[in-house]
Amino acid sequence: MDGHTTIELQKPRRHPYYRRRVATAVILTIAVFIVSIYSIVTGSVKLSLPQVWEGLMREGSSSVRTIVWDLRLPRIIVGMIVGMCLAVSGTIMQGVMKNPLADPGIIGVSSGAALMAVIITILLPKYIVVLPIAAFVGGFATAMLVYALSWQGGGSAPGRIILVGVAINAVVGATMSAIMLLYSDRVQAVLPWMAGVIGGATMEQAKMLLIYGIPALVLSLFAIKPVRLLQLGDDVAKLLGHRVERSRFFLIIISALLTGIAVSVSGLIGFIGLVIPHVVRMIVGQDERFVLPLSALAGGAFLVLADTFARSWFDPVELPVGLLLSFLGGPFFLYILYKRGGLGAFRS
Amino acid sequence: MLSVRDVSIRHSELFALRHVELEIHEGEIVSIIGPNGSGKSTLLKTMARLLSPLEGAIILEGRLLDLWGQKELAQTLAMLPQTPHHGLDMTVRELVEFGRNPHKRWLQTLDHEDERVIDWALDVTNLKEMENRFLPSLSGGERQRAWIAMAIAQRPKILLLDEPTTHLDIVHQLEVMELVHQLNKEWGVTVVMVLHDVNQAAQYSDRLIAMKQGTIVYDGPPQQVMCRQMFEEVFGVDVRIVYDDNQPFFFPRAKTFAVVRSVQRYTPTTG
Repeated sequence: MDGHTTIELQKPRRHPYYRRRVATAVILTIAVFIVSIYSIVTGSVKLSLPQVWEGLMREGSSSVRTIVWDLRLPRIIVGMIVGMCLAVSGTIMQGVMKNPLADPGIIGVSSGAALMAVIITILLPKYIVVLPIAAFVGGFATAMLVYALSWQGGGSAPGRIILVGVAINAVVGATMSAIMLLYSDRVQAVLPWMAGVIGGATMEQAKMLLIYGIPALVLSLFAIKPVRLLQLGDDVAKLLGHRVERSRFFLIIISALLTGIAVSVSGLIGFIGLVIPHVVRMIVGQDERFVLPLSALAGGAFLVLADTFARSWFDPVELPVGLLLSFLGGPFFLYILYKRGGLGAFRS
Repeated sequence: MLSVRDVSIRHSELFALRHVELEIHEGEIVSIIGPNGSGKSTLLKTMARLLSPLEGAIILEGRLLDLWGQKELAQTLAMLPQTPHHGLDMTVRELVEFGRNPHKRWLQTLDHEDERVIDWALDVTNLKEMENRFLPSLSGGERQRAWIAMAIAQRPKILLLDEPTTHLDIVHQLEVMELVHQLNKEWGVTVVMVLHDVNQAAQYSDRLIAMKQGTIVYDGPPQQVMCRQMFEEVFGVDVRIVYDDNQPFFFPRAKTFAVVRSVQRYTPTTG
């Protein structure tokens, strides 16, 4: 072909993973839509696409409209945003802690939220309506406590945060167990929450999540640059003119915020924050400019898909989605680990 | 250009500085030598503001180091710490791009000028061909050059290197030292580095600083500092100094030969 050589010479500088990254972005975006559509037509009552359209658009009180607007759509919205928040939060945590095992739980958000949930449902059932807010406050406060306690000599080393987190998680977990043992007759009420459910999601919750979750997710885009710089190591980041401690604080806040929002609605869904960022990293390489947004898409789609399975496979019984995720996700992750033979970005 | 005035620091029992006085002039290559734990790296880190002195002051270009803004400082002074993270899964070019961070405001992206500087840094370090290779796939020497490329993409006036040749084989050590020499001569970068290999330090530096127990005990041109007395006092070894074309080299004396021979078998290039 004529002109072939000139094309070669002017070849723009492309990252070796460029095509892979673009392809992953396209596939995940499509996946989000397909999964949403799949989820809206699937269930104990199967709907066709025209029925869904009719239910969405036509006013009035048909049963289809009720199923679409009051049952399935809220679940999809809640699942999508919760999945996104957890995956992004995990991406940030793994970056800040420079540890492949870091997930939002490590800074105490999950255990703090769970303790509040236990206290509310078991000790103060009158106030059950404030459960989401209480769980959020509990999670966030615990994260801040962990951060404050790991402060030493003008900074907080990631290793120290993890150790302090382990200690605080132990204390909080013990308190929770104590309450559950003392009031073992009322434990039943809190169990679904502990397993992670988005089953009872209402349009109210979906709206609330849209109001808090979307801004938090947008805010998380500002975490990309600090996370990338921190990965070079504290000293190098400082030498490049970056304020390491300030951005670590910001990153922990945003991560706690995202997890707090997710956990307050859905309870403890553990798997996504830990594994989704890993899988995405294995595919697109370690660059948070891609890993963070793509993890969000993958986390959202994955949670909605899992939730759809959880409510349709075992009909009429509904499995908590958190349980199903761990059941299926664990072996899946093992498979990837063995196939790839490493911990992806964190091998060294 | 950079002066360290009566600086004391207490990092830990082992790593401390006691009343250190040092003046770095523009355009120099200065090497700091001394046994382990003598405070070489501590001094370098203090000069880069990674550690703050307990007493005394450091003055960079006539201004107290504490008064420099974080990014402003990074535009003037770059440092390569001892062992930067080697498992980073990014390309050479991506790493070098980070060197432009000090010149960018929050959320500002790289422009044409930045790309030009990055290309220059890759060119000088001879990494243009490998700009899209991933760091873990490089040899030790290439990786070290990539980190140096990142540091010089900051366009610093002064570059601090903490043991840039440790863990490298002889060829790669030479590569790195030649690069340092070239940066200094062609691009006027002032260099302060900590080196373990005293012969290498003498060969490539305008000035040698010998440290012992947190203080500077010798400071002068290699021909002066490299003497039997210095090795005796600082390292506690008896040596023979030979000159090759006005270039001093040292050899350990026979008395310590037995020990040194066994050391040489395992780490043939350390001083």
